[in-house]
Parts: sequence; structure tokens; C-alpha cells
Amino acid sequence: MSERSVIHDIGYQRYTGIRLGRGYAARSLFEHGVRVAFGLGRSAKAKIFPWIVIGLVTSLALIVVAVKAQTGEMILTYQQLPSTASVLVMVFLAVVAPELVSRDLRNQTLPLYFSRPLARSDYALAKLAALATAVWLLMAGPQLLMFLGSAFTAENASGVAAEARGMLGGWVVATLYALVFSSLAVLIASIASRRAFAAGAIVVVFMITSPVVGLLAALGEGGALSQIAPMFSPFSLPEGVRSWLYGTSFDVGPYGPVYGLVTLLSITVCTLLLLLRYRKVSL
Amino acid sequence: MALIATQSLTKTYPGGVTALSDLTLSVEPGIIGLVGANGAGKSTMIKTLLGLLTPTSGQAQVLGLDPTTAGEQVRARVGYMPEHDCLPPDMIAAEFVTHMGRMTGLPRTVARERASEALRHVGLYEERYRQIGGYSTGMKQRVKLAQALVHDPDLLLLDEPTNGLDPAGRDAMLTLIHRIGTEFGISVVVCSHLLGEIERICDSLIAIEGGRLLRADRVDAMTTGTDVLAIEVAEGTDELSAALAQRGLTATAEGRMLLVPLADEDTYDLILRTVADLDLPLHRLDQRRHRVAELFSTAAPQPSLEVTHV
Repeated sequence: MSERSVIHDIGYQRYTGIRLGRGYAARSLFEHGVRVAFGLGRSAKAKIFPWIVIGLVTSLALIVVAVKAQTGEMILTYQQLPSTASVLVMVFLAVVAPELVSRDLRNQTLPLYFSRPLARSDYALAKLAALATAVWLLMAGPQLLMFLGSAFTAENASGVAAEARGMLGGWVVATLYALVFSSLAVLIASIASRRAFAAGAIVVVFMITSPVVGLLAALGEGGALSQIAPMFSPFSLPEGVRSWLYGTSFDVGPYGPVYGLVTLLSITVCTLLLLLRYRKVSL
Repeated sequence: MALIATQSLTKTYPGGVTALSDLTLSVEPGIIGLVGANGAGKSTMIKTLLGLLTPTSGQAQVLGLDPTTAGEQVRARVGYMPEHDCLPPDMIAAEFVTHMGRMTGLPRTVARERASEALRHVGLYEERYRQIGGYSTGMKQRVKLAQALVHDPDLLLLDEPTNGLDPAGRDAMLTLIHRIGTEFGISVVVCSHLLGEIERICDSLIAIEGGRLLRADRVDAMTTGTDVLAIEVAEGTDELSAALAQRGLTATAEGRMLLVPLADEDTYDLILRTVADLDLPLHRLDQRRHRVAELFSTAAPQPSLEVTHV
């Protein structure tokens, strides 16, 4: 292709139509973010990792459905799916969060966004919402698949209703995971402009907490300390809330509400730090 | 209404660097050249006009709006092309410009149409479905311009648009900017450290140095009445200078030539008569148009202002 492109002389048209505001721009950015998360409209290379993870989580659900159909036994409940898939979800975060935010830092695209009506906080929140939605879909999709499989094998309407209730419970847990994981991952990725560093940092932060929790729990010997210890890992924090709400996970003793509070605090603090990060970002 | 007006605009960065100092100016719509050496405060000025930086003191108005309080409205009507690389290499140009159009509030289908239009106007048409990473510097500069143009702004702020381009690319870019300013009816502020390069497409010039305003005026106001006559004689240059001074003409020496301000047609006669009286061999007598650059260099010494004559 020649470098010296010809400028065709067709008159310029001024635009007099509708101009939608900041809210529309933020919604568009969110939508764009969700598409980026799944590699839609991107090269095949960008699709590989997200879709491998999606494939694995989906096959988890398919196995559950298949076993249920054969034996009638549910080897994994709707609520257990997020925790079983949590390492896969983390891999998804490590791939997608840098894709969403580090890329804009690396390519210095931020000045183009911030020289438009979009506010810095709009940008940060749209990216966070996009990641949380993508992560939620990653878990809620397979849960829906489990429901559809189970509903077909259910004997009567009340059986289907019970499955639906189960799925909704699973969605609540998936929402908790999505919010806790995403807020932390976006915050980490927003600090690193290199994707590889961002991905590594996310894995390190998520993984390093697990042995700490294990150690504390062992020290507590089933006492108060071991009931509190899981709070310190993003992997087990949502599980604690699940126990508090449904009593279906590990023993949290009387600390259920504390889990709820810490979860809320974690999401809030990460989001505020993210907003601060983008307020301070140099252009 | 002035396109851009500032009153005692000052920006001091934390750390004590003063990028803009007590800048007061007012410019009319058109193509405005913002010239100054690297580090003179051009980019700071642009970012302040966009409301991306808050001035330490003083005020600015862009399109009649204050960017510090009405940043959103200002940014909706302004297009900005940064100096540095700012494009995602793995995105397709048409999609990227469409995305940026939506970020400025264009509905989806309109954004797609206008992105194609904008890319066509900057001279990218066939190539627009390729990934930006495979583009040449010249094509990337055009995409940067297209994303600033996609939402049909009332004002374009272009930070060093000719950066990294070869002479032909520079010419094409400047011609394009001139077209945008004249045919498209969009006011443009062009930042450059090369005064000689942009003066020919500009209606007005703002020259800043070390954050201070050197001069802001219309180009025609700067060049009126500034024509000079260059006289070259084979010998007796000093005698001629003295003789001209006696007849009320101030001649300044420049190399082997004498420069005399051209007041009217009589100046020619006066000089010819002086030369004839002294019986000096005249080599040259011609009219030279003062370049804007020379105005600045005589107004204030500014060795750091790089000037290239195109």
C-alpha cells in the first residue's frame, strides 16, 4: 500500500445529529470491555486463553449434568461451582484484567479517553463493571447449563422449581466471587502497564494468601482463629459469606456477618483505590 | 466571541516547575499556530484548555466555556491529537476510530459512518480495515487526526502533528490541516516547535517561550509594513549606510547587505539616488518579505526557537 494516500475531494459534512452524553459513553466503554474480555471482535490470538478457561468451566458443568443424568446424584452443587472453578477464574482474571486496563496504559490511549466527555471515574468504573460482568458470566453461564440439564431430568414441576432456586443461590455466590475477584484484579492491573507483569502480579497476590490462610487455620485448631483465617484470602472470603448466607460451606462460627462486612469492605476499598489511581494517572 | 481567551493563566507543577506563567491572550477562530521550543509550555497549554490540567491561577475560556468548570462540555466540542503515540497496535483503524466516536457520544451507526468519513478525509480509505500496528508513522498520524475529527468538533487541538514525518509527509499533513481549517470550517490550534513550517497555514500565531507569551497576533498583522529592501554594493557599504542615515533611512547591516525598511515607493528612488550620488557599483536591490520568524527574533532574542524555512 502506498504511503502517500490520495485525499479524495468529497466535501466534508458537519454533524448536526444527536450527541449522547457521558452516560452513553460509559455504557459503550462497558460494552466494549465485555467484548474485549471474551476476545470478541479481536484477533484469534486474543480469543485463545479466555475461551480455554470458558471451555474448562463449561466442561465442569457438563460433567455434573452427565453424572446427574446417569446416577441422579449431583456431584457439584450450583454454589460449589465457583469455588471449584476459582483457580480457573483467577487465570481468566490474569488474562483479561491486563487486557482491559494495562493495554490502555501501555499504548498511552488514556489521553484520548480523558480528552472526551468521559470522566476518569467513568472509565475506571466501566472497566471494573466489564470485568465483573465477564467473570460473572464465566460462572453463571455454566450454572445455567447445569440447571437446564437438571431441569430436563427432573421428575416434576416442583423438582424444576427446586433446581431454579438452587441456580439462583449459585448466582448469588457467583456474584460475590465476581465482585471480590474483579475489584482486586483490576486494581492490580491498573498499576502495571505491561500485561505480563500485571498477569503475574494478579496470580501472586491471589496465590500468596492461600498458604497464609492455611497456616492460620492450622494454628487455630478449629477455634476462633481458624474460623476467621479464611477472610484473608480472596479465594475463601466469598465462601465465608456463602456459609453465613446459606450455611453450605466451611464453619465460620459466629463470624458470618464479619465475613459479609469484610467482603463489602474489600470491594469498596479496591474500587476507591482504583478511582484514586485514575485520578492520579499522568497523561 | 474569542475562540480561546486566557487571563493571567499560570500553571506550576508540583515540584516547582512553572510551565505557564501569567499568560493573557485572546485569539479569533481560524487556524492558530502555537509555537515555542520544546518545553516552552505548549502541551501544558493544550491540556489546560482541555480541562485535563487545572491552572494554578488565572482563567481560560475555550469556545466561551471555562474548561475547569465545564470540562465535559468543552471536551464534547473539542478534538485532541496528542503528540505521542497513543494508538492500540492490535486494533483495526476503522474500529478504533468508531470506538472513539462512541466515546464522544455518537450513536453506534453514526459513529461507524463518521469513522469511515473521518478516515477518508485524512486519506485512509482502503487501508482502514487493517490493524494499526502495521501502519507507517504517516498513517498512524492520520489515524490520530481522524479520531480527533470523528465527532465533528468545533475546535481541533493538534499537538505536534508533523512529528516523525518525512518532508513529504509533513507537507501532506499541513495541507490537510489547512483544508480542515478552511474547507471544513473547524478551528484548529496547531502546536509546533517549527515556526517556519506552520506559519504559512496559520491565520494567527501564538508564540510562547518558557511559559511566557512572546506574542499573539494575526499573521497578516505581523507581516504588514514589515517589508524591507536589501541593498548590495560591491564596495563602500559603510559610506552608503552613512549617506542613507543622512537622508533619514536607517540601514542595518546584514552580512554584505544593507537592509532598509520599505516605507513607500519613494524609498526605492531615494536609495537609487543615494547610490548614484556616491557612484557605487550596485549589485542588488530587491524587496524581501519579512518572515514571521524574523519578527520574533528581533522582538526578543530567542536562540532556542528552532526555525526552518520551507
